[in-house]
Parts: sequence; structure tokens; C-alpha cells
Amino acid sequence: MSVSVEEKKGPAPGDRRHPEPLHEPLVFERSGEGKVGYSLPPLDVPETVAIPEVLCRPDLAGETEISEVEVARHFTRLSRLNFSIDQALYPLGSCTMKHNPRVNEEVARLPGFASAHPLAPEEVSQGALELAWRLEKILSELTGLARVTLQPAAGAQGELAGILMVRAALAKTGNPRTTVLIPDSAHGTNPASAHFAGYKVRELKSNARGTLDLHVLEEAMTEDVAALMLTVPNTLGIFENQILDIARIVHGKGGYLYCDGANFNSFVGIAKPGAMGIDVMHMNLHKTFSTPHGGGGPGAGPVAVAESLVPFLPRPTVERRTDGAFSLDHDRPESIGRLRTFLGNFGMFVRALAYISSYGNRIGDVARGAVLNANYIRAGLAGVYHLKYDAPTMHEVVFSDKKQTASGIHAMDIGKRLMDYGFHPPTISFPLIVYGALMIEPTETESKTGLDAFVAAMRKIARESEEDPEIVKTAPHTTPVRRVDEVGAARNLVLRWRP
Amino acid sequence: MNPEELHYTASHEWVRIDGDVGTIGITDYAQKELGEIVYLEMPEVGHVFNADEEFGTVESVKAVSELYTPVSGEIVEVNKGAVAEPGIVNDDPFGDGWLIKMKLTTDEEVGKLMTAEQYAKYVQQEEKER
Repeated sequence: MSVSVEEKKGPAPGDRRHPEPLHEPLVFERSGEGKVGYSLPPLDVPETVAIPEVLCRPDLAGETEISEVEVARHFTRLSRLNFSIDQALYPLGSCTMKHNPRVNEEVARLPGFASAHPLAPEEVSQGALELAWRLEKILSELTGLARVTLQPAAGAQGELAGILMVRAALAKTGNPRTTVLIPDSAHGTNPASAHFAGYKVRELKSNARGTLDLHVLEEAMTEDVAALMLTVPNTLGIFENQILDIARIVHGKGGYLYCDGANFNSFVGIAKPGAMGIDVMHMNLHKTFSTPHGGGGPGAGPVAVAESLVPFLPRPTVERRTDGAFSLDHDRPESIGRLRTFLGNFGMFVRALAYISSYGNRIGDVARGAVLNANYIRAGLAGVYHLKYDAPTMHEVVFSDKKQTASGIHAMDIGKRLMDYGFHPPTISFPLIVYGALMIEPTETESKTGLDAFVAAMRKIARESEEDPEIVKTAPHTTPVRRVDEVGAARNLVLRWRP
Repeated sequence: MNPEELHYTASHEWVRIDGDVGTIGITDYAQKELGEIVYLEMPEVGHVFNADEEFGTVESVKAVSELYTPVSGEIVEVNKGAVAEPGIVNDDPFGDGWLIKMKLTTDEEVGKLMTAEQYAKYVQQEEKER
């Protein structure tokens, strides 16, 4: 961006757009010889170099030299170019981008938690261990399953842990089996996790309602199938209303029913997966239980399991001894092993427990609100955007661009145009079974005012698609970076900055 | 629009038979559905596949899709030009944008595939169900 400011037209009165282009140089590009971000007193002891020369890297000469004020301004400017859940609705379907309550942050910053050292002896870590133990108990209660591991660092690692436990349980009987069944409406990480755990994946086609077809399942469910991985509700936001029959069919052939619980937000506190016949399920603390998400993380993907899978849980587990003290149990010979250092992403456990505790017995209100809000958007956009599947909507609703394609407008354009109205785009082009999908998940933390503003923006974009399609096709117009060349970026990958 | 002499699959691949060698690609409909293709993952020459087995993937800005063999056989050639510049598959899916050549195991499988006319009807139906 070498066009000088002098050559360009300056902002005019009433021009509220970002000055164009609002370009923030990389921190390396701000480097200048001799600039420092610290101030130390002169050396008053003999200078020695303690690091052996062989370990010193000459190629690090020329590292960024920059002052503190420049660092602070650089990152503050970047944050202003960003979009976050603290600015406006972030309706990214299947990601459950809900508000992160500030009380969670306050609790997580209590020195006893924030300063706890993971290598401190158990005697001085009782509070941290008890917190993990309590969170496990609560998640176990909410899922109706026997035990929970908190170790996995995210949902996908939870999936891997779950399938590895299934594999270990089957291997113990002499045959780990070869295949995992996954519906075409599942989360994209499911096939990857099953594959990673050494299974072949067979995709099952959804029926006209958008749910799993029992006949398709019955035909595919053989004694070679280790598990069915079912996203409940699925990525269309539709509940698998034949879940009990599904469980019966899977169990009838000795397989396990895995539930991708990334969408637990839609029924937490209302129904228990364990009562549906689910054997193993991961949850995302960063979705259902409001811990930070999307760059603000890290995530946490606890896995709940039925009694039959308990021996295979990752180790160590947190146990309460008979004297009431808490300790780590490493002596679990059938465990699939360790997935993550120490207890996992502990700070997220603190936030999730704070969130759950603040709801207490009313935790079902989370799901009620999430379902209500998704249906409010569905009603507000009915007839304006095409709805392929009209089964009842749970926490998210999947429209398509079918009504707009005649004017040459695609889901991508609608998403980009939403940015001009101050919203994050929804998930687009997913799930794959809806062509031109717009997958919208408002979550329960949005007010009616916020939802109305979103619906109004979406309706306006639909009108623009007919009356002024060009403005939609070339959107966004008000963001610091305008439409990016996604094809060019993917075809000519440049992954490393060089001077 | 779909060349008459080709045979088509429900997963939108085509095969052109020339003696005992089949040239395989994806259809014009498939490339349009995928949008601009940015990456192709192709098998090694010498690899043997059954019919309807996954032989590679095609990645567009929208999605990654699996590619399935219309027939059984051994890979004898991969279109290096398309791997280097995947946009060729968008520009000329039935010509320069072919993907692989296979030495066929049997000539009996081709008969089970769709003709151009059947495939056109199939696509029409698929579009209606969107």
C-alpha cells in the first residue's frame, strides 16, 4: 500500500467509512534500528555469555526493534479492524458464538485459580482439583452419562478421544471393527476424527425431513461398524426425533452411539443424552458453556461416557478419596492415555463452572432461549429466503440463496453484504446438503432488539438483491478490507512474510 | 452439453473409453457446483482401484469433495497440468481438465454408468431437489 496520503482524496464531511484503505503495517515493518521497548540500568557486573555459542542463532540478527508505544498502538489498531462478539450479533451457525459473561472472567482471574501452578503438589492444589471434580459431576448430570474427561482441548480432540475409547472397548473384545457411519448432515470434523482413529468412514444420506433415514441406517449397520457418529441436533438445526430407534439399531449390532454434542446448547437442561441411548458424547465448553471462542480461546471439549467406556477414559482422572481430599488417579491400565498436559485448559473449566452455577437449576433456560431466538429469525425471514427443510428448528436455521440466485446473488454475497450492516456473516455453503446454505445461529444471548436489527438487515439485502444486485455482489463497502480474492489466495498460497 | 460419447456417474465423474484405457474427469455441472477449484489431490501412478472407490479430492473455495472411480483399474497417468493449474478443470472439464487415466480391469462396468441423456435428466432432478 504505497499510495501516499497526499495523492488520495481525503475524507469528506459526513463520510463515515473507514479511511480507505485502512492498512496497518506488520509489526516487523515498523522496526527501526535502536528502537527499544525497555529501559534497564547500566550493567554493573562483569559481562559473561552463559549460552554456548553453538546454541546461538546468528540468523536472528535483524529482529524487530520497536518501542512500547508502537507495540501498544499496533495491536490496538488491529483490534479496531477486527470484529468480535462484543460488537454485534455473530450468527455463525454451528459455532454458538454467544456472549462471554464478565463474571466468568472475574472468577477465572481469582489469584488462586489464575496463579495455580500445574506442577504444584496435590496438597496445595485441592481447590483446582475440586473444581475439575465438580465440573465433571455437573456435566455428568447434564448428559446423564457415567463419567466425563475434561482433558480434550477442543471439540475435535474430544471426538478423537471418544472414538479412541470406542476402539479400545471393541479391541478388548477381540475386534475393533473397521467402519464408522456418519450422516451427511454431521459436522465436518467427524469424518476426520474417525479416520484419525483408524476407521473407514461411510456417509449416510439424510431423508427428506433432513434427518437420518432408519432404513439407510439398518442397511449400513453391520457387525463391522464400530460406531455411528450423530450430530444432535444436526447441522440443519433439526433434532433426530427417531434417536431411540437409532440407538436400538446401533446397539443391536454391538456398535456404539457417538453424539457430537457441539449443539448441546439447544437442549442442555431439557433432555439427557444418556437417556436417548447415547454412549459417548463430546461437548464444547466454548459453545454451550460460554467460554471465549474464536481467537479468544483456548477451547475445551470434554467427553462424557456411559459406564461401559469408563475404564478407557484418558488418564489421569480426578478422584475424591474417602478422606474427602482430591487426587489424580494415574493407575488406569485400560486408559487410552493422556491427551493433553495437566488437567487440560483449566481456565476454561473455571469459566464454564461459573456460567453453569449462575444458572443453577434454570440451566434449561439456555436451550429455551436459543431455540426461541432461532425460531424468531426463521419466522422473520420466512418467504424472503428459501428454507429447504421445514422440520422444527432447534438452535439454528439453515436458509439458502435459492430465491436470490436468479439475480446472480449467492450466499457468499449475502454474507459479505451483512458486514456492511455491522453483522458478522453467518456460516455459508454448509451443511453441504443445502446448496447455497446460510446457516444462522443467534444463540440465547441476543435481545429482541438485536434480532430485529439482524432480520431487518437480511430483508434489506433480499430487496437489494432484486433492485440493486451490483451493490450486493461487490460488498462489503464499509469494512477496512473490501472483498478479498479468495481464489487467488488459495491458488497462490503465501504463508510466510518476508522483507 | 454433456458429450454423447462419455459415460457418467451419480457422483458427477465422467469416463471416456479408448481401447482398454479410460480417461476420467468431473462434469461441467460438477465444476459449476464446486465453484472455482483451487486444489487437486491425485493418486500415484500404479495405484489400483475398484469401481466407486475414492481416488482423490477436489477443493474449491466452498468445499472439499471426494472423487470416485467410475470403473476399476490401474492409474496410468495423472493430469499434471491440472494439478499445477486447477482452474483448467473449471475452464474445460471435458477436455484439458481431465484428471486421471486408468487401465481398465474389465469392460463390463461401463455399461452400468449413465449415458449423457440419463445424466442430464439426473442433474435436472438434483437441481429440483435443492
